[in-house]
Amino acid sequence: MRKNFVSITGMGIISSIGNNLEENFSALINKKAGLSQTSHINTIHKNKIKVGEIKYTNNELIDLLGFDKSENYSRTELLGSIAAIEAIKNSGIKSINKYKTGLISATSVGGMVNTEKYYMSNNSGGKSKNYVKSHHAGKSTERIADSLNITDYISTISTACSSAANAIMLGARLIKSKKLDRVIVGGTDSLAKFTINGFNTLMLLSEKECMPFDANRTGLNLGEGSAFIVLESEEIINKEKKRVLANISGYANANDAFHQTGSSDKGDGAYLAIKKAIKIADIKKDDIDYINMHGTATTNNDLSEGEAIKRIFNSIPPFSSTKPYTGHTLAAAGAIEAVFSILALNNNIIFPNLNFKNKMPELNLSPVTEITYKNLKNVLSNSFGFGGNCTALIFSKNE
Amino acid sequence: MQELKKKQNIFHYCKIEKNFVLLNDKLIISEDKSILFSEFSKILYQQIKLNYPKFFKMDDLSKLALITSEYLLTNYFKKTKKPNDISIILSNKSSSLNTDKEFQKTIGNKDNYFPSPSLFVYTLPNISIGEICIRHKFTGENIFFISENFNSKLINEYASSIIKNGQNSIVLCGWVDFNKDNFKAFMYIASDNYLNKITTNYVDQLFK
Amino acid sequence: MKELKEELKNKIIKELNLGHLSVQDISDNDPLFKEGLGLDSIDALELIVMLDKDYGIKLNDPIEAKKVFESIENLASYINKNRLR
Repeated sequence: MRKNFVSITGMGIISSIGNNLEENFSALINKKAGLSQTSHINTIHKNKIKVGEIKYTNNELIDLLGFDKSENYSRTELLGSIAAIEAIKNSGIKSINKYKTGLISATSVGGMVNTEKYYMSNNSGGKSKNYVKSHHAGKSTERIADSLNITDYISTISTACSSAANAIMLGARLIKSKKLDRVIVGGTDSLAKFTINGFNTLMLLSEKECMPFDANRTGLNLGEGSAFIVLESEEIINKEKKRVLANISGYANANDAFHQTGSSDKGDGAYLAIKKAIKIADIKKDDIDYINMHGTATTNNDLSEGEAIKRIFNSIPPFSSTKPYTGHTLAAAGAIEAVFSILALNNNIIFPNLNFKNKMPELNLSPVTEITYKNLKNVLSNSFGFGGNCTALIFSKNE
Repeated sequence: MQELKKKQNIFHYCKIEKNFVLLNDKLIISEDKSILFSEFSKILYQQIKLNYPKFFKMDDLSKLALITSEYLLTNYFKKTKKPNDISIILSNKSSSLNTDKEFQKTIGNKDNYFPSPSLFVYTLPNISIGEICIRHKFTGENIFFISENFNSKLINEYASSIIKNGQNSIVLCGWVDFNKDNFKAFMYIASDNYLNKITTNYVDQLFK
Repeated sequence: MKELKEELKNKIIKELNLGHLSVQDISDNDPLFKEGLGLDSIDALELIVMLDKDYGIKLNDPIEAKKVFESIENLASYINKNRLR
């Protein structure tokens, strides 16, 4: 077992392409994207943008979970609970408190969706009673922890679009240093007018379905969803004879130090993070078999990320962005794409970069555009957030 | 007293609250409590001779973070050679709520709907870390936690893992929370020396 | 046009948070972006919002925007030609 390996024993996910692992995998291999017009959010941009929206209303999510409607849970909490519960079940955990267990979650929106609905109305009771409680990003994590009965360790990370990847990295370190026996790590974010308006005013949204790494890309599609993975110590795996899905073998974070929202021309932060992650994984760069790119399809990201990849790899591994399937799920992206990376790894399938037609002239690179079968041993997953926060994770097959 | 003096040489911190600046136990600025942050931050900007026009574009949370780090790092690098790179771990309770509300105002009214791009940029707390990194070209590992209270144990563990893995020799740590007229920044330097000699109890006492 | 240019300089200082500058520091023909005032991409987006909010002009083409924002002179003559308010 390589020195920094930490084992993954379970995963859970809900996104616009499926409500659980099976549905997500099925959509991925059948090239069924989940982008559409908004239906739950009453935004003035309704007819102009495509989003990765989960079609359940909040009440339907509450029913799915069997939660108390009067508690006024935020959408991020509901999505997070669904994914975390699936992850725990998938991991075969029967008694959560048998070992020292933590929850590290990430969100950028928090309870914003409820707040924007109720803030302006002067309701002092009824439906809006608890929205103030649920607005806070940290509260989202606490309430998810409550529903899972996790009490040993809870923390919330907020570093924009790399948040969930950072949660995974922190979780891996806590297991390695034996501070925790197991940890549920990931993120959750829901669509909100706040973010739609914000990204729109930064001119980052596309009216069409996004085209990562394409010469004619016009921006990103926002998405919502949640994913969590379960990391467990070697002791537990041996004792409980756990089935290991994959290992997280490399992880690193760096700051691009260039601009609040744009990435440097040559992708410095990305370059540093990926290099470090490969070093931690104790593999050669040629051992990376597939890269699940951040690939938001903004003019800036794809160029910057592409340059970083070219700087690192002599022979560039097959790569794709799965954001044309789910949209950009912001703080949840790192976890959703971790799940996709592990599904790729275990099924030896590279998921296609949908909507790609023409190479970017600056890069002369083509992503994978069809379902491709390949023996995969190591998969790199990139997640870059505003504030120059760049994280790279490497998942390795359990052999 | 000897012990305390020893600790003072090892533990480098800066605390900024309404309306004072405390640098390693020395009160270096104290202004009237009635002054608003907009005015107070200008006073600090001039006092420390920051000379960085980008400061004025930042939101209050980022201004607070940058100026606290400026006091701390300028002083620290007087005695210690500035490394090529450092890591940053910050945290708070309110995330970017103050700026979130400001941005919300620009989209709240259908008849006067003009979302502000420069406000939206700051609706994430980790942008404050980004600003510090941009200023100094720091490319080290960085993370932002949201928690109800300042958690020195969590931060120390994280800093310790960064230092022990040989990634960076020093980590800028702390808490920076901005909440309309109530703000608090507490930043300190974690190094190998610090981790071996300073307890989280000591840090928590100074935080108060 | 002279009044408009003065008005624009005041607006830019206020809305782009250039509080360390005064109207006299901004010349009509100096570049606004990169050198000169050193405005960045976010500032450009704020100027686009300002054009809409204060003058009723919707500028969506980034290539046209680049030309318009080259200097106060360019900006003022563009507004003069296209303003609805």
